[in-house]
Amino acid sequence: MISKKNSKVVPIVLDGKEVEVPEGMNLVDAAALHGKEIPHYCYHPQLSVAGNCRMCLIEMGTPMRNRETGEAILDDDGSPRIGWVPKPVIGCATNVSPGMHVKTESEKVLGCREGVMEFLLVNHPLDCPICDQAGECRLQEFATDYGRGYSRFVERKNVKPKRTRLGPRVTLDDERCILCSRCIRFCQEVPKDDVLGFVDRGSFSTLTCFPGRELDNNYSLNTVDLCPVGALTSTDFRFKMRVWFLKDADSICPESSAGCNTTVSSREGELYRITPRRNDLVNDSWMPDSGRELYKSVKSNNRILSSRIDQNPCTADEAIIESIRLLEGKKIGIVGSCKSSLEEQFLLNQISLKTNAVNFIRGHFEEDDGILLSADRTPNLRGALISGFTQNYPKDNLVSLSQALDQNQLDVLLVIDEDLEAAQVDIANLEGVPIVFIGTHTNSTSNRASVVLPSLTTFEKSGTFVNRSFYAQVFRQAVPGPAGVLPDLSLLSRLHNGLTEDEEISPDQNSVWKVMNNVSGSVLKEISLTDVRKDAVLLDSSKWSDLPFVESKALHFEPATKVEA
Amino acid sequence: MSNKSTPTERRIILKNADDPNYSNKISCYLREGGYAMLKKSFKMKPEEIGAEVLKSGVRGRGGAGFPAGMKWKFLDRKSGKPIYLICNADESEPGTFKDRQIIHKDPHQLIEGMMIAAYAIQAKQAFIYIRAEFFEGARILESAIDEAKAKGFCGDKILGSDFSCDLVVHRGAGAYICGEETGLIESLEGKRPNPRIKPPYFPAVLGLYQCPTIVNNVETLCNVKHIMEIGGDEFAKIGKPNNTGTRIWCVSGHVKKPGYYEFECGALTMGEMIYDVCGGLLPGRSLQAVIPGGSSSKILRADERFSGKLKDGTDFDWGVEDIPLDFDGPMAAGTMSGSGGIIVMDDTVDMVEAMANINAFYAHESCGQCTPCREGSLWMRKITQRMCDGGAREEDADLLLSVANQIEGRTICAFGEAAAWPTQSFIAKFRDRFEDKVKNPERKKSSLQLI
Repeated sequence: MISKKNSKVVPIVLDGKEVEVPEGMNLVDAAALHGKEIPHYCYHPQLSVAGNCRMCLIEMGTPMRNRETGEAILDDDGSPRIGWVPKPVIGCATNVSPGMHVKTESEKVLGCREGVMEFLLVNHPLDCPICDQAGECRLQEFATDYGRGYSRFVERKNVKPKRTRLGPRVTLDDERCILCSRCIRFCQEVPKDDVLGFVDRGSFSTLTCFPGRELDNNYSLNTVDLCPVGALTSTDFRFKMRVWFLKDADSICPESSAGCNTTVSSREGELYRITPRRNDLVNDSWMPDSGRELYKSVKSNNRILSSRIDQNPCTADEAIIESIRLLEGKKIGIVGSCKSSLEEQFLLNQISLKTNAVNFIRGHFEEDDGILLSADRTPNLRGALISGFTQNYPKDNLVSLSQALDQNQLDVLLVIDEDLEAAQVDIANLEGVPIVFIGTHTNSTSNRASVVLPSLTTFEKSGTFVNRSFYAQVFRQAVPGPAGVLPDLSLLSRLHNGLTEDEEISPDQNSVWKVMNNVSGSVLKEISLTDVRKDAVLLDSSKWSDLPFVESKALHFEPATKVEA
Repeated sequence: MSNKSTPTERRIILKNADDPNYSNKISCYLREGGYAMLKKSFKMKPEEIGAEVLKSGVRGRGGAGFPAGMKWKFLDRKSGKPIYLICNADESEPGTFKDRQIIHKDPHQLIEGMMIAAYAIQAKQAFIYIRAEFFEGARILESAIDEAKAKGFCGDKILGSDFSCDLVVHRGAGAYICGEETGLIESLEGKRPNPRIKPPYFPAVLGLYQCPTIVNNVETLCNVKHIMEIGGDEFAKIGKPNNTGTRIWCVSGHVKKPGYYEFECGALTMGEMIYDVCGGLLPGRSLQAVIPGGSSSKILRADERFSGKLKDGTDFDWGVEDIPLDFDGPMAAGTMSGSGGIIVMDDTVDMVEAMANINAFYAHESCGQCTPCREGSLWMRKITQRMCDGGAREEDADLLLSVANQIEGRTICAFGEAAAWPTQSFIAKFRDRFEDKVKNPERKKSSLQLI
């Protein structure tokens, strides 16, 4: 089902050219490796093979062998004679075998594609001008590439339901459906929530939910991404924006430590949607629905948009100067965040080391869904370990901070994003302790802070997260932040440079990485930012194998087995 | 092989079926020597039975004509998974009504054949998948199975041996596609009967519940009993080489005596069947066309001639009447004997309307899984319907042919061919009627309502 990495290769002849492909791979993937597109609708590399769209029909033959002796039969010129299968075969369900011959561009194959394209369109409403899928529609693409370009259909088209509510987030247009069954297989195989099926038969077959059920699992929107046509649409994104206007940025979902790779789409600084980006090591092609909603937090009412001193608006410069004044020479308690990027956590820890501050950090733990929403609901707890900000596994509270305050060990707090009250810090202990708060949204702590410095969300900055499997992955800025709001790195770098006599650290990712690379004994020693920007990089996690990580077994994740003492 | 006298039936399968003193009760079956072959078989080794069936050369009676013994040989016995036997009693090819006769009139013959087959392939569980509309047949089979179980011919410890095989009647849900063996398996598993892709889902390896499974037609399984009776070699002498045994032909349409007739393979020609056995056409009518093997097979035009070389090297030059009724004869004439459903059409038939009805059937019965069959079958239906409703266009014949060609060979199962072949052959042989519709769009007063 899911293509396994296989080091063994076999030779095949692809359109007359001998090429090597991994053993056991299907022809759609094998041809793609060598730059040949075999168009397909129903096939998806991470789902079971249905073979129903018939778009990937190709010609296939294998070397003929003598039935008795098993020897290869040769042609007059000494080349092996190929027994071509008389009927075209589907590439998605045909696995390569040594010496296999494949034609993906023969007249017969092109004829098959024209035929299937025509059939797919005869009952399709062709309502591209009002269809959300337009611009990223496989029907449009393949009709242009492989279709005849004209229609011979003069009959009435079938009529089917146009706007069925399948669930709270998915709306179905049955007329556009090409019955590829990707969504059905997805629901059965990934979230294991078998709610979709076809009713009626032949060309009148209709996708629907089982009676009394709805498509409401937390992965329902993946069916929208999977849908090669405009049948399944996101109720949220429907009719909002033409996809060709959207600018895409590669990002990482900050919802949990699963670290789903995502594409964040925006137009003119406005976010419109988040969709999963394929990464076979992390999230295949999926992400939870809940993670797609996060872009809404950017424009939420409780966003902090300006710096404040004693709750009065001020400029960023004034707030930074006031922060340095409050922090300088004091016994600082720093409350870090597992939502900060690796670079931010590192810089924060540099401040801590040079001011002899005490670090605190809390984890945010909820139930693990065993797929892509892990028990650790922060994207970068492991970053806090790697950056050195904490040696211990964070608890789900800040009771230790409360105790330190109770014993008057701390004069002042620097809090990143955390809500202290919600983390079981006794409010009485906060009396008389000034707080410098850096964060994106208001909470009880920002409301009582002496200085509030607004910062950016994941979508407005770039950085690195380390996911539950210790894959370091970068996320890139999708939209600019609100006017006047400085990136977290800039804020921290100015605090760092203001509070210490050491060499200044520039507030950009590259510079921070250079410093991180130089930390002795760091797992980042041999790894450059360029590597991580290219692909997820697996970090050495052996140092932390004894920690009580909360995540349970899930997609592409095995909890580390504890080393016996 | 044929001579001038009226060919006589040779009833093996239907031997007792129409005997007024014979009923579907086990007492009648036992009186006629029933279940003796089961006893005989149980004294043999399972593989010996398989060898006899292979030697007999018996070909599947469901439509494709694949040798049953070969099918059994392909069975994956090494997997360690349970093996299943399924009797395909989903007889739904238009023009076919032979299995129904067997089930209604001699159900124990089927049960005996199935239990021998189950023993031969070592299946512990067998099913009879019967089409939904055969409710009477299902009832008869169920009571017959109860009788057989009570006598120890079926179920636990058959004939006191260590071999047990339960037999269950499963009623289909009313769809033609359930007769396709992998569609049938899906349906038996409780799902939509969407045929499976082959490879990898060959029933002999990955069949019912992903276990090795044999699916045989009712008539084929009955033949197993008769093969055991006379031995594979003797059975192979019935009929002709490569066309062994008898076949039950179902004749319908414009003949005086439509019905089912069991003959040795190749014992008579199409002409003898129509004119001698079935009493010829109705008075004043002449033959226009014959569909030789159920509605999926390619139609034959009355004045067609076929010539070429047979497999054994002999030349042939046949009219439709000369086609021998076996497996290879219709094949040589470019069509197939299919399920043995001969549909005779006289000169009163409007071929475009006949086509429209056939297309309506396939459009209704397509499972809708794969694109060419799903969209093509309905498109063809819409075209022929429009032609019959007075909207025929000159380009329609070519369009129909092109649509059919776009279906054939590109689908998951053989339904694609079943839907495409009628259209291809109708256009090839009756193109003039399709073109005529453009000039004379009015329907005849006598025309029946279309399906």
